[in-house]
Amino acid sequence: MSAARSARVVAVTSGKGGVGKTFLAANLAAALAARGERVLVLDADLGLANLAVALGLHPETTLHGVFAGKRRLEDAIVPAPGGFSVLLAGSGLVEYARLTPKLREQLLAVIEDVRPRFDRVLLDTGAGVSDVVLYTVSLADDALVVATPEPTSLTDAYAAIKVLATEQRRRTILLAANQTSLRGEGNSIRNQLQTVTGRYVKTASGAPLALEYLGEVRSDPSVRQAAQKRRLLLEAYPGSGAAQAVVAIAGRLSAVRA
Amino acid sequence: MPSAVATLRHLATRPERSASIDPAQLRLGEAIQLLLQAGYALPVGADFSARSLQSLIDGLCELSSRDALTGLANRRTFELALEREIDRVARAGEPALMLMIDIDHFKSVNDTHGHAAGDLVLKAVARTLVDCVRPMDTVARFGGEEFAVVLPNCPPAFGAAVAERLREGVHGTPVEVGTQLMLQVTISVGGAFAPQWVRSSAPLWVERADQQLYQAKADGRNRACLEHPLVSNVSAEEKALLFSSSQFEDPE
Repeated sequence: MSAARSARVVAVTSGKGGVGKTFLAANLAAALAARGERVLVLDADLGLANLAVALGLHPETTLHGVFAGKRRLEDAIVPAPGGFSVLLAGSGLVEYARLTPKLREQLLAVIEDVRPRFDRVLLDTGAGVSDVVLYTVSLADDALVVATPEPTSLTDAYAAIKVLATEQRRRTILLAANQTSLRGEGNSIRNQLQTVTGRYVKTASGAPLALEYLGEVRSDPSVRQAAQKRRLLLEAYPGSGAAQAVVAIAGRLSAVRA
Repeated sequence: MPSAVATLRHLATRPERSASIDPAQLRLGEAIQLLLQAGYALPVGADFSARSLQSLIDGLCELSSRDALTGLANRRTFELALEREIDRVARAGEPALMLMIDIDHFKSVNDTHGHAAGDLVLKAVARTLVDCVRPMDTVARFGGEEFAVVLPNCPPAFGAAVAERLREGVHGTPVEVGTQLMLQVTISVGGAFAPQWVRSSAPLWVERADQQLYQAKADGRNRACLEHPLVSNVSAEEKALLFSSSQFEDPE
């Protein structure tokens, strides 16, 4: 918060893996960049390097190199197709499964370092509610939970929302639905989650948790086709229904203010 | 290392070359002796066809992947299995369990009844452990009187039951170490799940299972201690409400 301008940090997270966090983070970044924002996507799914695969990037310098003290942060921030920047985790047999005091410090330092340089930073976190994931989300201004209609995804999304509301004292959590089949299914997911959180989740102030619904991306073959080409959906199939849905979500996200 | 692999691949893709090996230039005596000593039936003779060489190599591979005394996977094979499992857990999120097992008071078996008795105990425990797990699980002799098991696709709910089955199996199988002498053997078991969706490392996973093993020892031996996996913070009631709409169906 040192400079006059400081990025709004959004953690894209989910209870379950494989629900499209990385897809959404990368394409939201492209959509936000198209709206004129300076956007950075930070691959916080440490050790898996999903974002690099999704974008077809093979950077020499990664967050792993920065954490190891071998590289400068400046060199690890690279341009991605889609008009935004990425900070890739890099894979390696390095252990990031456990939240050590050192890892805490490093993650915090990186985020504080990039804040003044961008308008928005998207953190593509790992799945689940491990302490590394929770800590990463705690560094963000907004938490965006991605859920699909699949039952385990919905249960895990609820579990994640509950933890974020109770342990991080968040009063508002953003929600986006992915891979829905019927129009309006995302809205039903939101309503179900809101009903259960309304009854079982108590925020610190006692007020009910607000789930701010950003929209849904319905199942669309172009998503898979773009992934196979290792390209952004917004670049490969900008006219697809899914791409337009992402653009709409980006619009609502950029309107979010605490 | 990669260059050696490349060379082998190169050889493998050129079968016409392998037929032209001059048997007189190969020193196979020691390899054959090792395999015979380990009880392998070999087509030994003057015939050095590609096929007999292949069976010799297969035999050596098998020999170098197993523990000589117990016939279990050895440390090297176990570490390969671990790496494979870590990869799968990171990519697919399947739960996997590792158990570290130590025979209780093994030193006193050796001291009291001799090393031959100790060997019999090691073999018997190895057999019992193999009988208590699925064929897809890897049981290995980790070293000394320590064993390790890696169980792919093992949901947290079943972990404790498996560990307990192993403990009970060994406890209920006295080992005959001499005429009229049956020894009651017990084991301590420590277990840890691989962190799902995250790429872990083999040493850390082993370390976590080891910590549980120390705990089992400290708690008095002949018991199993498992690291608590992250339990869901969602109650049955909450789940029922979450799936109360007919639109979503909870499979459980």
